[in-house]
Amino acid sequence: MIGLIKKKLDVLGPFVGLLFVFVIFVFLAPASFVSGYNLKTIVTQTVIVGLGALGMTFVIVGGGIDLSVGSIIALVTIVTAKMLNWLETDQVAFVWLAAFSAIVVGALVGLLNGLITAMVRIVPFIVTLGMMQITRGVAKWLAREQTVIAPQTILNNLMNVDPEPAWLVFAPGVWTMIGLTALVYFILKYTVFGRYVFALGSNEQAARLCGIKVRLNRIWIYTLCGAFTGVAGLMQFANLTLGDPTAAVGLELDIIAAVVIGGGSLSGGEGGAIGSIIGALMMAILRNGCNLVGIPTYVQNILIGSIIIGAVAVDRLKHKT
Amino acid sequence: MIPALLQMRAIHKRFDAVVALNDVHLAVSTGTVHAIIGENGAGKSTLMKILSGSLKPDAGSMTLDGHNYAPDGPKQASEAGINMIYQELTLAPHLTVEENITLGVEKQKFSILHHQWREVEEALAMLGKSDLDLKTPVSQLSIGQQQLVEIARALLRKSRIIIMDEPTSSLSAEDTQYLFAAINRLKQKDITIIYISHFLEEIQQIADDYTVLRDGENVASGKTRGTTLSQLVTYMVGRSLDEMFPRKPHQIGTKIFSAKNIHHPPKVNHVTFDLHSGEILGIAGLVGAGRTEMLRCIYGLDGAKSGAIRVHDKNFRLGSRHFPGRPLKAGMSMLSENRKEEGVAITLPIRDNISCSSLKNFADKLGRLKLKKESRMVTKAANRVTMKYNTIMDPVFSLSGGNQQKVALARILLDGSTVLLLDEPTRGIDVNSKVEIYTLIGQFSQQGYGIIIVSSYLPELFGICDSLAVCYRGTLSQTRPISEWTEESVMTWATTGKL
Repeated sequence: MIGLIKKKLDVLGPFVGLLFVFVIFVFLAPASFVSGYNLKTIVTQTVIVGLGALGMTFVIVGGGIDLSVGSIIALVTIVTAKMLNWLETDQVAFVWLAAFSAIVVGALVGLLNGLITAMVRIVPFIVTLGMMQITRGVAKWLAREQTVIAPQTILNNLMNVDPEPAWLVFAPGVWTMIGLTALVYFILKYTVFGRYVFALGSNEQAARLCGIKVRLNRIWIYTLCGAFTGVAGLMQFANLTLGDPTAAVGLELDIIAAVVIGGGSLSGGEGGAIGSIIGALMMAILRNGCNLVGIPTYVQNILIGSIIIGAVAVDRLKHKT
Repeated sequence: MIPALLQMRAIHKRFDAVVALNDVHLAVSTGTVHAIIGENGAGKSTLMKILSGSLKPDAGSMTLDGHNYAPDGPKQASEAGINMIYQELTLAPHLTVEENITLGVEKQKFSILHHQWREVEEALAMLGKSDLDLKTPVSQLSIGQQQLVEIARALLRKSRIIIMDEPTSSLSAEDTQYLFAAINRLKQKDITIIYISHFLEEIQQIADDYTVLRDGENVASGKTRGTTLSQLVTYMVGRSLDEMFPRKPHQIGTKIFSAKNIHHPPKVNHVTFDLHSGEILGIAGLVGAGRTEMLRCIYGLDGAKSGAIRVHDKNFRLGSRHFPGRPLKAGMSMLSENRKEEGVAITLPIRDNISCSSLKNFADKLGRLKLKKESRMVTKAANRVTMKYNTIMDPVFSLSGGNQQKVALARILLDGSTVLLLDEPTRGIDVNSKVEIYTLIGQFSQQGYGIIIVSSYLPELFGICDSLAVCYRGTLSQTRPISEWTEESVMTWATTGKL
């Protein structure tokens, strides 16, 4: 019986935390906190970190880390803006081509991360730390160290809190996030690749002995993370409506924090799509709520930091007993 | 004669300058348990790694069922029906029983997983273990159960030969008997087991045939039935017991250490014992009986729940505030069983390793090191333990296992300790180094040191100790003179907790 409760707690833990934070703000914050518009704003503010966290979930469950995702987001906003300028059209097909190429660029940086990690055997912390600088540099270089103005297209609608058409209710970015969460959940739980991600993070030696292609799977993991980050970058572009080489500085840490709050273990083998999204949501609620209450940002930093440590501490206690 | 299922012929393998295998032969027949016997470093693991495809021989050939067999890697070996179960189990702790058993051979359609409940259940049933919950993460299973999961994994891959590397080294007596029952079932299904162990009693119980390796060469092979234990020991060690354990006459004096009521459940249970100057006290027991945990509590590496120790004239209460710095200062040091991870820092020079617990003796008031004095004292300590090295600035990993162990020994000599806790001091080193370490321990006792040795190797304890106590599930038997113990009585205590 206790075992069953513990098992459920594993799944529900982050969810209870989310509910707790939400309820606190329902009491603390002005009534506008629970207004339909504000709730929609919160979910929309979750999208970028959430999408990044989905990609990061693969990496962290697989026992790795990716510090380059913030820079990838910046690079993707630049590439999107540049492509739109270069294509000089607002025809839907071409706009989507620009968006697609931006995601491919994200995936390519991820591929590079994976290749170096798997082939040269440098620990991912170092590889992606380097790639964080390189990607940021390339973004600045492409943008000539300025923001890149882009034409008005349907991409700008992606992150509209009140989207067109109105029956969507939530921004298209939110729907993208929901769809991709389901996809990642499915991949991790029901596919061979997902099983290998867990095996790699849990015991790489065991995976190798069982004949799993460890390097190939690692490369896939980082490529996927890059691609998801590419989608996050597209949403960042939609938010800014321009390319900004200095966007998303430090965002990799928010993304990693979301995965960890959601139950991901930095030593691998643990974590999941829904948890990561809950982690992202929790941080978005906290920021939004604090702003409404008028709590200064330095308190927000302290709070979020405490939640990260607290979430992991609770997790450790759970594992101990 | 029945043609052998597996033949290994004239296998040679060297690592740099070290010859690991020299012209080794092995013939194994279908449906038998074949034991590979040898000391650490005799070449057992190397031979098995070649058989299971992780290593390639420099020369020699193998045939399986009369066909040439030369695997390119573990995967090819597995496809040919040869799987190895390593001493350190290779399960993914977060994955469930079923996920671990099917790992790498998952059934899939469009890369979507199909569970193989039935196949997994059949494999476990073959081992007589159909009551295991397939959805439990393996981290929640006992070591014995985890081992069966590993064997089931090999069965799911249609193994014809399963290699087991020291499978009982961390099993309880009960789990060991269970494993043997499972092995007998596999034999009836014509599955062949190659069984590596240095527990000779076990080998006599379970194996049909044996092959003994020593220093990378074949020494003997034959039927287990009709071969006595002492014959096997002589084959394995290659020298008589007197040469192996040189005893030095020494005086046993006053009490210099005592442990009172050390309690750290569930591994250590109200342990009390004394040690005198010049005494060599052996602590026997199965792996997992709590011997190592007991030493760790005494030395302050783990916080005990309660208990007290006395080192010379200093008393210490155990608990969360106890830490190694306190007993060290009073003259007690510990040698870890885990040489590479806890015993020495293998990437650092010999000098830094030997002096690290006594650095304060080589520093002035500002904390600046007197390097010349340090080098002089380190060299002296290294020579005292008969270490073989080029310069004391060489990294420890450049030394052999035996010399690495001497680095650790030299360290605890240099910090001036006279109460020594040695946990498996001869594990994983070659026979000659073992003899040298026994000699050193004998010399220490002549100089009035008190020495506690934890070991899983009974002949060693009987060979060098003055007195012995046996650990069983965290409790320690009375300390008795070695002459009052026999191997049988030790094993009885170790497995039942009484005589």
